[in-house]
Amino acid sequence: MKVTIDGQSIEVEPGTTILQAARMIGGEVVPPAMCYYSKLKGSGGKCRCCLVEVAKGSEADPRPMPKLMASCVTGCMDGMEVNSKSSPRVQEARKSVTEFLLINHPLDCPVCDQAGECDLQNLSFEHGKSESRFVEEKRTFEPENIGENIQLHMNRCILCYRCVMVADQLTDDRVHGVMDRGDHSNISTCISKAIDNEFSGNMIDVCPVGALTDKTFRFKSRVWFNKPYNAHRDCDKCCGKTTVWMFGDEIQRVTGRKDEYHEVEEFICNTCRFDKKEVTDWVIEGPRVFEKDSVINQNNYTRKLEKVEIATEEKILLGREEDRKKISMAEFPLTAEDIINQKSLSNNG
Amino acid sequence: MSIETISLSGRKKVVSNKEMTFWERLYLVAIAKGLIITIQHLFTRKVTIKYPEQERVMSPVYRGQHMLKRDEQGRENCTACGLCALSCPAEAITMKAEERKPDEKHLYREEKYASIYEINMLRCIFCGLCEEACPKDAIYLTTSKVLVPSSYEREDFIFGKDKLVMPLDMAMKNAQLKNAN
Repeated sequence: MKVTIDGQSIEVEPGTTILQAARMIGGEVVPPAMCYYSKLKGSGGKCRCCLVEVAKGSEADPRPMPKLMASCVTGCMDGMEVNSKSSPRVQEARKSVTEFLLINHPLDCPVCDQAGECDLQNLSFEHGKSESRFVEEKRTFEPENIGENIQLHMNRCILCYRCVMVADQLTDDRVHGVMDRGDHSNISTCISKAIDNEFSGNMIDVCPVGALTDKTFRFKSRVWFNKPYNAHRDCDKCCGKTTVWMFGDEIQRVTGRKDEYHEVEEFICNTCRFDKKEVTDWVIEGPRVFEKDSVINQNNYTRKLEKVEIATEEKILLGREEDRKKISMAEFPLTAEDIINQKSLSNNG
Repeated sequence: MSIETISLSGRKKVVSNKEMTFWERLYLVAIAKGLIITIQHLFTRKVTIKYPEQERVMSPVYRGQHMLKRDEQGRENCTACGLCALSCPAEAITMKAEERKPDEKHLYREEKYASIYEINMLRCIFCGLCEEACPKDAIYLTTSKVLVPSSYEREDFIFGKDKLVMPLDMAMKNAQLKNAN
């Protein structure tokens, strides 16, 4: 099946969604996604960030779809033509969605541990406005303790349901979920039970905002002051392949390896994530490379460095050809012997 | 052309050994010319001021020593977000964050605060980027005329929170001023 997104065509399997096709193309056309997570079944369709305009339904039925479609849950059809970032209608819609998501989101990025790797921050940076039109009071919740290792900030939650799906699909019995309805809906454990499943830490990785953060990393550092390294260890519960975030010799945080869409490659267990904070626990493979432009890969030397060429006359720093002839400049670089000779000459003089 | 006759800088002048005329040998014209220049300078604006009595007007963009602000209730604004340290081109700022305890709510405005906040004044170039980056209005470059007091020890130039945080009475005065207005 052939799909065209923003003028770029790609052949995809039947059953591929528009978002997946866009990710295959990559680059500018990829719609932002807050709730969709490719590793979680049934995710997507909630945040409406990934809205796209379908200009041509399919080869068989070329009428455009009247409304903007959520690309993460809309399947591709043969001959479909989609406008993503190039459409002003889509841009406007994403701007509005961002504004809605930010209605109840507190402006506590300076305090939040997710800042710097937050999807909502990236989204509002790209699509949001610099000021808020919301004058009413933001919804707030009482802080709740949901266990030893995971910190819940319900005020920051955007109700993407990713953490619920992780608990459902990765662990045997889920003890947390979304309580209440409508404006009051919130993530909570049933009757204040602690979340202590061995794979519960993955909730932190899948959370697009700072609603679920690592308690062992709480306020230790900002993510951009850490240096991420790929590391692995022998783990009997998970693959043991992680990214360790180091500050000097100290491992401050361990996370899964996230790709350019901030999705972990493989889920890791809580032992790896919370308990192994010694350098001797890990085999460090090398610095982690980030494809996406982020504050984290600032000054990262694994980035490709362009050679700087100054557009000027050739060899201008050496002086002009005629000047070099006039001044008694050495034709070849001086050897060590020459310098010694010169020194002895000047000493004698 | 030989190296003696060309001028790479273009400023080289060949001195002539021309014989002087009678008037030139008297030097009266040259003295008069020189005096005119001297007298002209008597009437131009003076570049110096009489310092202790007179003081120069400070530039409106003058940036003096840093101060970590407190709000009207005397709580510290800084939340140790690290943006000042990130923006600092001289890498002069370091900090360590800590979580606020329930009984410290009158001391710090946010959940997180800087337990250590240090500026190395030997590195600081007073560019004011930290002030620009601060999202919490916490760090300001004041108009203090003393930039950094001199000292023999390098350690004395690493200013901690004891030297940087706004004194409490100053915060109280600010609050009174604000209420009066």
